[in-house]
Amino acid sequence: MKISAIITLKKDVLDPQGKVIHQTLEDMNFKNVNEVRQGKYFEIDVKENDPKKAKEIVEDMCEKLLANLVIENYKIIEIQ
Amino acid sequence: MKSSVITFPGSNCDRDMDVALKKFGFKNKMVWHNDNELPKSDLVVLPGGFSYGDYLRCGSVASKSKIMQSVINFAKSGGLVMGICNGFQILVETGLVPGVLLRNKYLEFICRNVFVKIDNKDNPYFKNLEKDIFELHIAHNEGNYFCTGDQLKEIKDNNQVAIYYCNNGGKIEEEFNPNGSIKNIAGILNKEKNVLGMMPHPERMIDSCLSGEDGSLFFKNLLNNIK
Repeated sequence: MKISAIITLKKDVLDPQGKVIHQTLEDMNFKNVNEVRQGKYFEIDVKENDPKKAKEIVEDMCEKLLANLVIENYKIIEIQ
Repeated sequence: MKSSVITFPGSNCDRDMDVALKKFGFKNKMVWHNDNELPKSDLVVLPGGFSYGDYLRCGSVASKSKIMQSVINFAKSGGLVMGICNGFQILVETGLVPGVLLRNKYLEFICRNVFVKIDNKDNPYFKNLEKDIFELHIAHNEGNYFCTGDQLKEIKDNNQVAIYYCNNGGKIEEEFNPNGSIKNIAGILNKEKNVLGMMPHPERMIDSCLSGEDGSLFFKNLLNNIK
């Protein structure tokens, strides 16, 4: 079963890459942007058919490796 | 005194560290990341470099490698563990020292000499050093130290800041902060003061012909402290 996880920086953490992207968008005439925050996206094919269990496994992965919880949050966004 | 330097795939300061430790009298062994057992050591060093190509987050993959469980146990039993640059990034990922190292504030790779001020000498690394201000070299893309407000308070309350970025006169101000680190922090100790993580490279300052001697002072003093 395929599970997706999105890792985003927490609100208070500076995101210089996001700022540069925001600036570039403005320079390209996208004037309607408030803020850009860059994150990471994972698609993990888990050897588990029960959606609840598969989600729990990916949550555990996020807690232990995929995210650093000092600066990042994670969200399981999709179950196929 | 026996030391061990751990080599991860992508480490590139491991041999420099080996040269530095041997120059000042350590009997050093190189240890491969995939080994299970740490040789008997008085000091373990996690060297600089780009372990696992900095994939995922700098140091995150190396922090889960086989040898690290032994290193963590060694640190938790009071053994001296020092992480330089990528080694510092690995240490924060293990949780042995608090905080994280983010991308440099101005998104550039910084490679130059800096001055750092030793804040706390009540530890095996800096005890008995006569100087407070050291000129050392930095070379990193992710050295921007960050921690939560609560962590910062705890770090300050427990005197865990090891070194700050400063100018040659020891002034700790934002203009002497190369990478955006919170409060100009360049190195951190754990609560028990046996684990040290820092971005500057003392092993690159051990020869007056090539660079400088401030690293020599550090290593000589370290050896005397743990003899």
